[in-house]
Formats: sequence, C-alpha cells, structure tokens
Amino acid sequence: MMDRQKIVLVACGTGIATSTVVGQKVETLLAANHVNAKVIQCKITEVGSYEEQADLLVTTTILSRAYKIPVVKAVNYLTNINPGKIDQEILDALK
Amino acid sequence: MQIKIDEDLILLGLKGKEKEEILSQMADKLFQCGYVKDSYKSAVIAREKVFATGLPTASYGVAIPHTDIVHVNEPTICMARFEQAVDFVIMGEETETISVKLAFMMAMKEQHAQLGVLQKLMAILQDQTALAYLAEEKNKRDIKSFMLDKLGIEEK
Repeated sequence: MMDRQKIVLVACGTGIATSTVVGQKVETLLAANHVNAKVIQCKITEVGSYEEQADLLVTTTILSRAYKIPVVKAVNYLTNINPGKIDQEILDALK
Repeated sequence: MQIKIDEDLILLGLKGKEKEEILSQMADKLFQCGYVKDSYKSAVIAREKVFATGLPTASYGVAIPHTDIVHVNEPTICMARFEQAVDFVIMGEETETISVKLAFMMAMKEQHAQLGVLQKLMAILQDQTALAYLAEEKNKRDIKSFMLDKLGIEEK
C-alpha cells in the first residue's frame, strides 16, 4: 500500500508573492526526492483551516502563534542563503 | 495579465527617513499612474508592519513590499532607489532590521500567473552584478530595459 499523501502548507502574508516562489521550490524538492506530498499555498492567516489535515507548514512570515504541525522558515529560499538547510528540514519533517 | 514595467515607476534618489515615507511615496506613484486603487497605500503600509519584507542580500538590503490583489488594477513593479538607506524589518523576523537601499513594490493581480516574474525578481536579489547596476545607473530608460530583460518580459 502506498503511504498516505502528505500535505505541505506554504504560507506568506498575502498568499501571492513569496509563497508562490517558495511553493515552487518545495514542489521541486519533493518531486526530486520522491516524496508523496501535495503543496497548498495560502495566507498565514488561513493556516488554521488546513492545519488539521496538514503535515508541515513552510512559511516566510513571522509566526503569530504556535502550530500543531512542524514549521520550517523559508525566507532563505528567496535570498538563496544556505537553501540546502531548508531542504533538509523539510525532508526531515516529512519522514 | 502581463506585468508592465513603466519608466514612471522607476524612482531614483527617493527621499525619506522612515520606511512609511518611502512606502507612501511609492504607493502614491502607483496610484497616480493608475496601476492600483486608492486603498493600496494604506494596505501596503499596514501589511509591511505585520509582514515585513526586508531581505538581506550579499550587497545591500532590498525590500519587496506588496499587498492583497484586491487593491490592484494592473500588475506592475515600482522600483525605488533611496537617497539614503532606510531600515526595514527583515522578512520572517519580529524586530531585526536591515539597511535597505532599493525597493521593489509589487502590485500583483493573480496568484500563480506571475510565478516566472517573481522567480526572476528573486534571482536579481542573488545577482551582485545586477544589484550593483541598479545601485548606480542614472538612466531610467536603461534601467527599464535592464529590468525587462532580467524579468523576461517582452514589451508589447
């Protein structure tokens, strides 16, 4: 039986700009590592409505509260400063 | 809808001591040129306070202020080079700031259509040659051509 498809939330303040860029990076990373997961892009304020079924939150914003799922901060994907560290954090969180 | 690069939205030597002054002038310009609604200005200033957009690069800080698509008429990017560096909070941080010399105020209209342009804009932030050019060049027409080329936009 296949593993259940995991759900990765990618969130930023507006849900349109940085999360679009980061979401693409995450999708590429997951595909390259054969991780069965779906990426949902949203505003950070919308995370609550997805949190129950999601496995991981990847975000470029500050965190206004604690989340039930692991959180990876991904601003460095935008500036390309040590992106390998974020790659590893995401993959580890989905193991 | 294709993103436009408008020479009138390239602001060189923009004056301002606080980020609000800078954001306000950039938003006014976007509004005067018809790209955004009058609600954009207060929205982009409010959003910057909650979701900061300062980004450290290898050369100098760059900010990418933006806000919700509902405030936008037509997608574009307003570029401003500041007369003097202004502190912006770093994206994803609560209080830590970065000294910013250049801002790209994005007026975005659709969620996914602009992925290519956004990716290329982020690539500029990682390109020290491009950042050095944008910090020095005085000719707006040349800057516009440079941006069109870097963002992969073909002018119609």
